[in-house]
Amino acid sequence: MTPPTPSAAAPLEVTDETVEKSITSPAPKATESRSPGQLAWRRFKRDRTGFTSACIVIFFFVIAITAPLIAKLYGKNPYTQYGQDAPIGTLLNDAGFPIKPNGGIDGDFWFGVEPSMGRDVFTFLLYGIRTSLMIATVTTILVTVIGVVVGITAGYLGGRTDYFVSRVIDIVLSFPSTLFFIAFTPVVYGLFYAADEEIPAWARGVCLIVLLTAFGWASIARLLRGQVLALREREFVEAAKVTGASPARIIFKELLPNLWTPILIQSTLALPAFVTAEAGLAFLGVGIQDPTPDWGVMIQRGAQFYTDDITFMIFPGVSMIIFVLAFNLLGDSVRDALDPKSKR
Amino acid sequence: MSNANPLLDVSGLTKHFPIKGGFPIRRTVGAVQAVDGLDFSVAEGESLGLVGESGCGKSTTGRLITRLLEPTGGKISYRGKDITHAGRKQLAPIRSEIQMIFQDPYASLNPRQTVGKIISGPMEINGIEPTGGREKRVRELLEIVGLNPEHYNRFPHEFSGGQRQRIGVARALALEPKLIVADEPVSALDVSIQAQVVNLLQQVQKDLGIAFVFIAHDLAIVRHFSQRVAVMYLGKIVEIADRDDLYGNPRHPYTRALLSAVPEATADDVPARERILLKGDVPSPINPPSGCRFRTRCWKATDKCASEAPPLVQVEGNKPGHLTACHYPETDGTVPAPRLSKDPQAAA
Repeated sequence: MTPPTPSAAAPLEVTDETVEKSITSPAPKATESRSPGQLAWRRFKRDRTGFTSACIVIFFFVIAITAPLIAKLYGKNPYTQYGQDAPIGTLLNDAGFPIKPNGGIDGDFWFGVEPSMGRDVFTFLLYGIRTSLMIATVTTILVTVIGVVVGITAGYLGGRTDYFVSRVIDIVLSFPSTLFFIAFTPVVYGLFYAADEEIPAWARGVCLIVLLTAFGWASIARLLRGQVLALREREFVEAAKVTGASPARIIFKELLPNLWTPILIQSTLALPAFVTAEAGLAFLGVGIQDPTPDWGVMIQRGAQFYTDDITFMIFPGVSMIIFVLAFNLLGDSVRDALDPKSKR
Repeated sequence: MSNANPLLDVSGLTKHFPIKGGFPIRRTVGAVQAVDGLDFSVAEGESLGLVGESGCGKSTTGRLITRLLEPTGGKISYRGKDITHAGRKQLAPIRSEIQMIFQDPYASLNPRQTVGKIISGPMEINGIEPTGGREKRVRELLEIVGLNPEHYNRFPHEFSGGQRQRIGVARALALEPKLIVADEPVSALDVSIQAQVVNLLQQVQKDLGIAFVFIAHDLAIVRHFSQRVAVMYLGKIVEIADRDDLYGNPRHPYTRALLSAVPEATADDVPARERILLKGDVPSPINPPSGCRFRTRCWKATDKCASEAPPLVQVEGNKPGHLTACHYPETDGTVPAPRLSKDPQAAA
């Protein structure tokens, strides 16, 4: 028997300072009733940092999705080596650096021209964001789904299943994943492609997603296992059992609605981490590789030239910092909106 | 026991929780004997009170009857049908007839569901489609338990503890049960609200003819609510009798001590009644005393109590249906029973 203290009773429950405040405000009717989700949305809308971050994040996703359209309107693509196609001396000089100042920024090349290869930086960045976000998003979705399924299963079933799954999670979390990526990616490629064969970009993408997923699901699974362990002892689960609810109904109708908060927070914080991880791997040469446009590839290229042409490094670098920062701030705001009791 | 064909019949009900220990191979090293051989029955429309101090197995008994826990031994039968080890599918037809009201109204309602969903959930699970639709039925139920039907779309966090417990009662009533196990339904509530909820339950019992197993540690509330009362001590029933019999003529020393502990308001010039103070603590249910479990704290204990467990029988001088598990039942007429009013508010 748990001591029935209201505060300890509902760690996930959304209580509302909002409702109390809004009573004094003129508009809402007394009989109006808000769900925990609506309350969270109201709190989120009031959070300026969160709202700005959300706008920035949405902006990045919009340009990533519409990259081909923008490139078409803009009239260039990320593969053509404009600098080399043009006669020497018009875009790039003998040493391969842009002739115009600031990395060759002008009306034709908004973000300048890439040194040496002479590609258009603007479209390359657009397509780079597209590739990176696609890989990070797919990985996040897979990680969340696998983590949720494994975590809830382990937590709900308990016993031997829980013990076994928890040990697997321990092993996965203790693995040095970056080292593993560097060491084993060539081995994975070797399984499917001969040494002299060209590895297609999609294969590299799939390989990255699989590897990142394989090491990413464990943390969310562990978190949810703990949450389910706490929730399944609550009396509303027993109440559902007394009325004859099936385990599936208990999991999906009773437990899952109470788990959306940690799931949403974890996945919004995981996505920027995957963006940086993917870029880091590309930089190390085991992820996406040139000429496929990619954030990490761009930074890697930039690192070769930054002593002579800093502009080329700035665009991918700064845009990534803005994106990751905004997404992390968004994650924090989502958490604050959904869980008002966690005061920082 | 007087009824030949009871609604619920429990015999020899036992629940031992295993204690695991050891490394590296975990094995069972002992057991908490939470409930050890209970016999009782509940007749149709009757309210059986289950009292005892904390940790004596009351709640475990409630969870065994509703089959939230798997009994270690014994037999539970509902309308003559053995449900001791029935699975979820086999229990399905009986589920709607045995419902439960929980202790903590803050934990027993899903914070993410509206009141309407919470109360219509049991109907949905059991595929019940009342005439006029589920929503109409939910609104009726809300009215029965004294809530505004307009609260249909509200969430539990918008209600007070007493209102939440009313929602819990409405959920239990949704399936039109024949038996409700109420596990300390009012102990989490404010005293002023306790009376409201108990009166609501009493009204429900009278109007709808529902049998209750009413678990509580507040003797006054049990006296107010139950027709028959069972007193538990350390996983066993020590005395079971009709309400007036038990409160008026308690035979077991433990019952007597328990009744004497009920606080009462006395005027200064009225001599306070005798209080029996029990020495020591309740022994551990992991390693209960041999023979009579109460002997370690009983002032009448002898060697016989240590070697021989007293059976729960109708001892000499008891009315029919009044069973006591004691070798040396109390006999004198000077009963230190509290002068209880019928109002739980005054006594609590």
